[in-house]
Amino acid sequence: MHESLLIYRNMRYLKWSLALVAIACGLYIFHTPIEEPNGGTWLGYTLGTIAAGIMFWLSWYGARKRSYGGATGRLEDWASAHVYLGLALVFISTLHSGFQYGLNIHTLLYVLMMIVVISGVFGLYFYMRFPRLLAENRRGLTTDMMLNQIADLDRDLRKHALSLGDESAHIVLNAVQNTRIGGNISRQLSGKDVDCPTSAARRFVEQFEGGHDESTRRQLVTRLTKKEDLLGRVRKDIKLRCLLQIWLFVHVPFTFATLAALIAHVIVVFYYW
Amino acid sequence: MADRLKVAIVGSGPAGLSASAHAASLRLPHVLLERTDHASDTIYKYQKGKFVMATPDILPLRSDLSFRAGKREKILDDWDEGLASCGGRIRYNADVTRIAKEGDTFHLTLAGGDTLKAENVVMAIGLQGNINKLRCDGAELPIVQYQLDDPNEYEAETIVVIGAGDAAIENAVALSKQNAVIIVNRRAEFARAKQGNLSLIHSAIDKGDIQCYYESSPLLVDASGITLETADGEAHVSCDRIIARLGASPPRKFVEACGIEFPSDDRAALPEVSPRYESNIPGLYIIGALGGYPLIKQAMNQGYEVIEYIAGNDIAPADEPLLVDKFAAMGEVNVNEVLQAIRKTIPVFASLNTLLLREAMLDSQVHDFKEGQTIFKRNDYSDTFFTIFVGQVGIQISAEDPSMVVTLREGEFFGEMGLISGRRRSATVVAATDCVVFETPRRTMLKLIQSVESVKRTLDKTSILRQIQTYLTPGVPAQDLEELVESAEIQNFKAGETIFEQGDIGNHMHLIRSGSCTVSMKIGGRDVVLSYVPSGNYIGEMALLSEMPRSATVRAAHNTETICLSGEAFSAVLNNNATVRDNIEAKFRERIKQNEQMEGRPEAGNVIQFLIEQGVGEGTDVLLINEALCIHCDNCEKACAETHDGLSRLDREAGPSFASIHVPTSCRHCEHPHCMSDCPPDAIHRAPDGEVFIDDSCIGCGNCESNCPYKVIQMASPPESKFDLFGWLLFGRGPGPGEEVAYEAEVKRNSRFNGSDSAQGGVIKKAVKCDMCKELVGGASCVRACPTGAAARVSPEEFMTLATLSR
Ligand SMILES: Cc1cc2nc3c(=O)[nH]c(=O)nc-3n(C[C@H](O)[C@H](O)[C@H](O)COP(=O)(O)OP(=O)(O)OC[C@H]3O[C@@H](n4cnc5c(N)ncnc54)[C@H](O)[C@@H]3O)c2cc1C
Ligand code: HEM
Ligand code: HEM
Ligand code: SF4
Ligand code: SF4
Repeated sequence: MHESLLIYRNMRYLKWSLALVAIACGLYIFHTPIEEPNGGTWLGYTLGTIAAGIMFWLSWYGARKRSYGGATGRLEDWASAHVYLGLALVFISTLHSGFQYGLNIHTLLYVLMMIVVISGVFGLYFYMRFPRLLAENRRGLTTDMMLNQIADLDRDLRKHALSLGDESAHIVLNAVQNTRIGGNISRQLSGKDVDCPTSAARRFVEQFEGGHDESTRRQLVTRLTKKEDLLGRVRKDIKLRCLLQIWLFVHVPFTFATLAALIAHVIVVFYYW
Repeated sequence: MADRLKVAIVGSGPAGLSASAHAASLRLPHVLLERTDHASDTIYKYQKGKFVMATPDILPLRSDLSFRAGKREKILDDWDEGLASCGGRIRYNADVTRIAKEGDTFHLTLAGGDTLKAENVVMAIGLQGNINKLRCDGAELPIVQYQLDDPNEYEAETIVVIGAGDAAIENAVALSKQNAVIIVNRRAEFARAKQGNLSLIHSAIDKGDIQCYYESSPLLVDASGITLETADGEAHVSCDRIIARLGASPPRKFVEACGIEFPSDDRAALPEVSPRYESNIPGLYIIGALGGYPLIKQAMNQGYEVIEYIAGNDIAPADEPLLVDKFAAMGEVNVNEVLQAIRKTIPVFASLNTLLLREAMLDSQVHDFKEGQTIFKRNDYSDTFFTIFVGQVGIQISAEDPSMVVTLREGEFFGEMGLISGRRRSATVVAATDCVVFETPRRTMLKLIQSVESVKRTLDKTSILRQIQTYLTPGVPAQDLEELVESAEIQNFKAGETIFEQGDIGNHMHLIRSGSCTVSMKIGGRDVVLSYVPSGNYIGEMALLSEMPRSATVRAAHNTETICLSGEAFSAVLNNNATVRDNIEAKFRERIKQNEQMEGRPEAGNVIQFLIEQGVGEGTDVLLINEALCIHCDNCEKACAETHDGLSRLDREAGPSFASIHVPTSCRHCEHPHCMSDCPPDAIHRAPDGEVFIDDSCIGCGNCESNCPYKVIQMASPPESKFDLFGWLLFGRGPGPGEEVAYEAEVKRNSRFNGSDSAQGGVIKKAVKCDMCKELVGGASCVRACPTGAAARVSPEEFMTLATLSR
């Protein structure tokens, strides 16, 4: 009932893509053009046209994903086909080019396309792997619930801090006030905070001797440890969710760049013909 | 007797008010007695500014008072004025505590001791019941209140909330935002509340936002606060306000104390009344919500009619023209003659009094099917009940062979299986000749079953035989089953109740006719669930066949009804029917094999247990999210909002998870939807594909929202019209970004949403929920919009099998 897009419908779209690639390879092998194989032969034109068609169709996915009520069929069909045809595109376009690369707009197009494809492969890997890690990390809580628990712990810590001496109170309050979650992209992606005030406070309180009664110390250690654990989980949660999206910031802009280069390529080719 | 009134009317809801107004215009000596200090307490308590609907639209209003859909305040004012202008006599603060008949005079006793005499009494006290008050001194002091309209009204007070139910918890939590709140619970825990409220109150108490006195009860209230009796002795709590939320006791006790009989103990049973609304006590009439008519217009019409009857006029009820219309399909006919003929022809309806029969026919549709026409199809999800008035129909009992047909004749009924089980139709029914058939909605039938003993009896008798034939012994003729059917007994089990226990000696078996069960076994001292058994299956045959004690425990997964059959009679049937015996033994071996496999897979059993706890077992179509695939893109929610006026009916993230399966907050489309149970205009239905949906006739009362145990119904205002940038830029159409919506536009929007004229404004909120996108081709958009295959709609029957769970 729940089927990942890789095995969706018995891998129907993988089969289609393989067939397409097989036909293209076959033609390429048996095709003996007068010059070396390249985009200018009849097969070259055919494969180039197919490649461009696939390119546009793949780009259309972004629009399809957002047309909710009107569209028929399941998005998963599109996603599954997107992945397999996207990979097939590598073969088709390579055969189309006849392995003729150089420092020109054509090869630029090829490179841009490969960036889109490679980022897609990364994205796919993230999609297949991270959800499970995310769920394991959450252990049934949502991000909001974890944040709420942290807020509750903070309230307690603040209360306890009142009964502490100046220095310790300062450190505990620092853990309450200055612990940061998230932040800029690199912080989000790192999934941890090397000098997290909460960890510092926990270490400080753990080593603390004398001054407070043991039960306060224990309470503080328990709460700080619990908060540390939650912080670790929230940060990991943010990291994973960030990774689940960040690749799209390569995939989508480069899609547009590829489309532009493709149009340029076609114009150039016809212009110099 | 000078001081004897012609009629005393108890309760000033729409029914009582209308009766009083009409009594005044007929100049009958009367009085209208109202418990509170204002008229129509039920409507008085609606949310401020609520838009009150005048459903059903087709029913004409017959009253001396006016009533049109509009704002609560306007309607209440109109009634007060209308009553005064026609000379109705109302007495406030008159709580009637006793009604007794001596000779031909009723003696009514009011709280406080006053008494009144009347020749007739009209009871119109509605269904809200008596609010339970504190049972200690000071219960009536101004510091105590029994209701809370708007928690935001209070600030910086110390407030004691008494009670442990949902209302008390909701009030306490809402008040704690701006006040110091202390909650008083008679017990050691909050047991009666809903899951969501439980976690709210526990976390508020843990955080210290609310202080709680457990195992404490009020001893005395004085102007400064309240004295409690706690486990450690007495404690005085000073406070500014005491809010007691102790629930309400339904009016039934009071009604019974007046001598009025109810046909059954069922909670939903209604007192029986004659076509003139007269109860078993001559001269005592029952109208309005108490009599089973839950809408304002119906109540007002009855108020008018009952006074006409008391005055000795025999008028036709207001709905007469509607029935004439309804029967028009049968040609020019006299309504009374048709009703007579229905009683004579159709045994289930034979014992209905005219009032109930009229009501049933008003709700029903009259169909005129031509020979060969399909009435419903196997696997449809419809839940209506059919009776044959003229002609014959054929039931195609076999899915494979449409020529295997059982013929039903005039007076017989069909469609009861879907009604009872809440599941798909088990056969296709086709008109065998031209025929006239009545189709009665589920709610009407349930009401009849609950309040008329003979309807239940007639229905059960036939349906037991049919269910046995369909699910247990297909192909065995009725005469061979007589003994078995004779032994059958219908048994009810609540969620979690044990039907039989492992190790018991079994001499019965059960056929599940509604609900479902889990089978579990003690393994290593722990109960391990082995399987989920939906309705339409039998259980308990293993002990009979193997002649050993019960090998497993069977529990009801939720409210469940079984047909309990004697083991002896069953064995006798098996001994005479080799094919049935073979089938049942094959299934028996299959089950043993399956149980063995499941014993080795306790995780699968745990998943079943988890899903049952989440109410998946009573659903028909449930959205489950596989956490190992979900990338949290929320495309499902976006799709839902996009296709449902901008408001998602699904909350993906909320809801529990277990073993990678997440049950989001979303409708389960229950077999027997809780939301349907108390909807005044009967606005909630099940479509042929199974989706439970709410139609436009919703009056926004919020009953369904509180009845749904899974919290999936929201009360929502009409949709904002989408901002149209293009239209605004080019043509100045509509409000600009951030501008106020013009008043007229607002009203227009409201009236479109409302389907009626609402130029008077008012707050319109209606219930909204998942309808599985039944308007769209291709099915539910949440699932269709999921790119990764994480979201799937499943039927519990298919999902909770070993094959699926062990993948
Ligand atoms: C939130 C909500 C919204 C609703 N919205 C609509 C709507 O939009 N349109 C619609 O048609 N219906 C609506 N309904 C249903 C409608 O309110 C009821 O059907 C209607 O009020 C029933 O009228 P009644 O006269 O039978 O009883 P009630 O209106 O319940 O009146 C009973 C009266 O009797 C008094 N009383 C009770 N016991 C005693 C006693 N012992 N002595 C003296 N007096 C007593 C009570 O104080 C009360 O004033 C709604 C219901 C609710 C709960
Ligand atoms: C995704 C789509 C495409 C990619 C990635 C692609 C890539 C390339 C590459 C890398 C070359 C080799 C350049 C060289 O010889 O130096 C090439 C050549 C060529 N392509 Fe494409 N191409 C695409 C689509 C098309 C289309 C749609 C057409 C024509 C309609 C086309 C026509 C040609 C021609 C005519 C050549 C030969 C040019 C030459 O030899 O100078 N290509 N293409
Ligand atoms: C040149 C080829 C490709 C183009 C032009 C392309 C284009 C796109 C576009 C426009 C989107 C929509 C992003 C959004 O709006 O959220 C997208 C999504 C995606 N692409 Fe590609 N893509 C290509 C190749 C690939 C390949 C080869 C893979 C994987 C092997 C891939 C995997 C994905 C995935 C997993 C998504 C996200 C799906 C979702 O979240 O709904 N793409 N792609
Ligand atoms: S709204 Fe609630 S009660 Fe009604 S069908 Fe859905 S889940 Fe069941
Ligand atoms: S709010 Fe719910 S119960 Fe009330 S009328 Fe609307 S659909 Fe029916």
